[in-house]
Amino acid sequence: MFDGMSRRVVSLWFPRLASDRVLRQYPIDGPFALTLKQNNANRIYCLNTEAIAQGLQQGMPYSDARAFCPDLKSAEAQPQYDLKFLQTLRRWATRYCPWVGLEGENGLVLDVTGSTHLYGGEEVMLSDMRSRLMRAGLSVQIGLADTRGAAWALAHYGEGVAASGNALPAIKSLPVAALRIDEKMSISLQRLGLRTIGDLAKAARAPLTRRFGPKLLLRLDQALDRQPEEISPQADAPHYAVRMTLPEPIGLLPDVMAGTERLLIQLCAKLKSQEMGARKLCVTLRRVDQDHQQVELRLARPLRNPQRILPLFERGLSEMDAGYGIDMLRLEATEVESLPVQQVSHVSDGGKDKLDDLISRLGTRIGLENIQRFLPADSHIPERSFIVASAAYSDPARTWAVINKRPISLFPPEPIAATGPRPPQRFRWRRMFLTTGRAIGPERIAPEWWLEDENWRSGLRDYWRVETRQGRRLWLFYTPQNPGWFVQGEFA
Amino acid sequence: MQPTDQIPFPLAKTRTHEVCGAGSHVFAFALAARLGQHVMWLRESWDQQQINPIGFAEFIEPADLTLCKTEHQLETLAAAEEALRSGAVALVVMTLSKPIGLTEGRRLQLAAREGKSTGLTIIPEGHGSNAAETRWRCTPVFDADTTAADSTLQRWELIKNKSGTLGVWHVRWNVASRRLVMVPPSRE
Repeated sequence: MFDGMSRRVVSLWFPRLASDRVLRQYPIDGPFALTLKQNNANRIYCLNTEAIAQGLQQGMPYSDARAFCPDLKSAEAQPQYDLKFLQTLRRWATRYCPWVGLEGENGLVLDVTGSTHLYGGEEVMLSDMRSRLMRAGLSVQIGLADTRGAAWALAHYGEGVAASGNALPAIKSLPVAALRIDEKMSISLQRLGLRTIGDLAKAARAPLTRRFGPKLLLRLDQALDRQPEEISPQADAPHYAVRMTLPEPIGLLPDVMAGTERLLIQLCAKLKSQEMGARKLCVTLRRVDQDHQQVELRLARPLRNPQRILPLFERGLSEMDAGYGIDMLRLEATEVESLPVQQVSHVSDGGKDKLDDLISRLGTRIGLENIQRFLPADSHIPERSFIVASAAYSDPARTWAVINKRPISLFPPEPIAATGPRPPQRFRWRRMFLTTGRAIGPERIAPEWWLEDENWRSGLRDYWRVETRQGRRLWLFYTPQNPGWFVQGEFA
Repeated sequence: MQPTDQIPFPLAKTRTHEVCGAGSHVFAFALAARLGQHVMWLRESWDQQQINPIGFAEFIEPADLTLCKTEHQLETLAAAEEALRSGAVALVVMTLSKPIGLTEGRRLQLAAREGKSTGLTIIPEGHGSNAAETRWRCTPVFDADTTAADSTLQRWELIKNKSGTLGVWHVRWNVASRRLVMVPPSRE
């Protein structure tokens, strides 16, 4: 390593991360377990120390655990929140060094090279970590070594610190499973009599590689610093929120708008640097009486232009009740989408921008999902040959295949009294007496049997274009399998 | 053709108009085709009668139409006013089921003037508002001796006009050229 300073790596293992997280929020005395549904059976996911003392094990069926330990309290595991919690811990761990990565689902790895002296040495730093984590209610096992592999081994199988320069004495008595190999391999090694890392290090290398592949010795070499292994620090996810605290409470709409504008300019600069655009924005106004009010804005298109977003907020903000005044504004982009930088074109696209702004503005009034557009769909059933999609979340389609003449308006089939496979000469529809002047057809449309559709239970339909002497041109159909006549649409 | 009595179509811009009758949809789409740009179509969500994009594709591109679903007529009017005022669309079409008062009609007129856009309300017969610039009654006509089955004959009746005379025209939509063709009414 550089300047003769050897690399030092800390591995933190939280053996009961999931249950510790839940018990931090809802402290419980006595045995406690988290269960997770796996393969249709509720199994134990994570236990606390009391439950382990009762002899329960991870992975056993929950019903068995209840039988062994009748006073077991349990809750459902939520692995996604555990991961989030681990991310929080990762961010906390950057107080010790900037290089912190995740190690599996319940561990962290820190490259503390050159930062231990800031805490007064390695031992002091480790005890500081331990005491802080214990105070937070987390059980932790810590290993420190020159390599990631050795630190991992120490954290998981007997805590400790490996001396700088040579990790072997510290880890040689640990079982081979401490080398991060799978269970099958470790059992095979134990059958060969290679029980500890020390045994393995002494064994001949060539037969081992032949038998177990290169992975085993790679893990050993990584632990003993004969092979490099990197630690990938994770970057914080970009956070799109800005806030402003005011020395004097404000209440007038122009003031609130001015504050929002300042926040918008900041936020948009941040969005621009990440090449993102906001899809959903939320302004939180904190009043002097600690009450919160929120204005949400959903945009028809990702945007990061403060001048265009600000007027869209006006309607929502004008409806707020300022009470005794507002002393804090917070603006957050709750939903962002990537918006790459685009070359400015000399062809004006102002009309489209105006339309998008109109859709956003109408969206605040009637809901963005109620503003829709037609998209073609691949079906020959008249009412399914197009779909109605939200305009904000779809692109217009220019390819419409019109094969047969179709009515300009459609409605649910309305029965009329008629018999026979030919269109009736006279019929009554919507209280009008109509006579057929000309009928064109039939065009047979079969139901799509692969889709269940209540309206097509009557089977095949023979469609007719009927021009009535009274003027209206209707779309009639006859169902031969279940005789009946219906009107479904009107032609242009 | 009627050289002396030209049809006032397309309708006067920056105004709102009304249309009733069974041919209202054809009228609206013919107007949209003439104005050429984007169309905003508002209707109430309970309305079962749906415009069919494959049907109106012979008038305008379905991509040029944005549909708005509103909960009740008050919302329709508010949204239409906003759309007219923004100037982002050339034509705003709304379906109304109840008569609107003079105030609402006047508000729509002002919004259309401000946004330089055209408004068209599809109304039930006899529900017109006094504020509308023109009112049309459109009815399809059965044409006994036509051979061209793809074009449709319509009788467009101008029953109210604030700045001109009334009249009746027989028109046909020509699908190939996407334009209106006037037909002499003497054939009736």
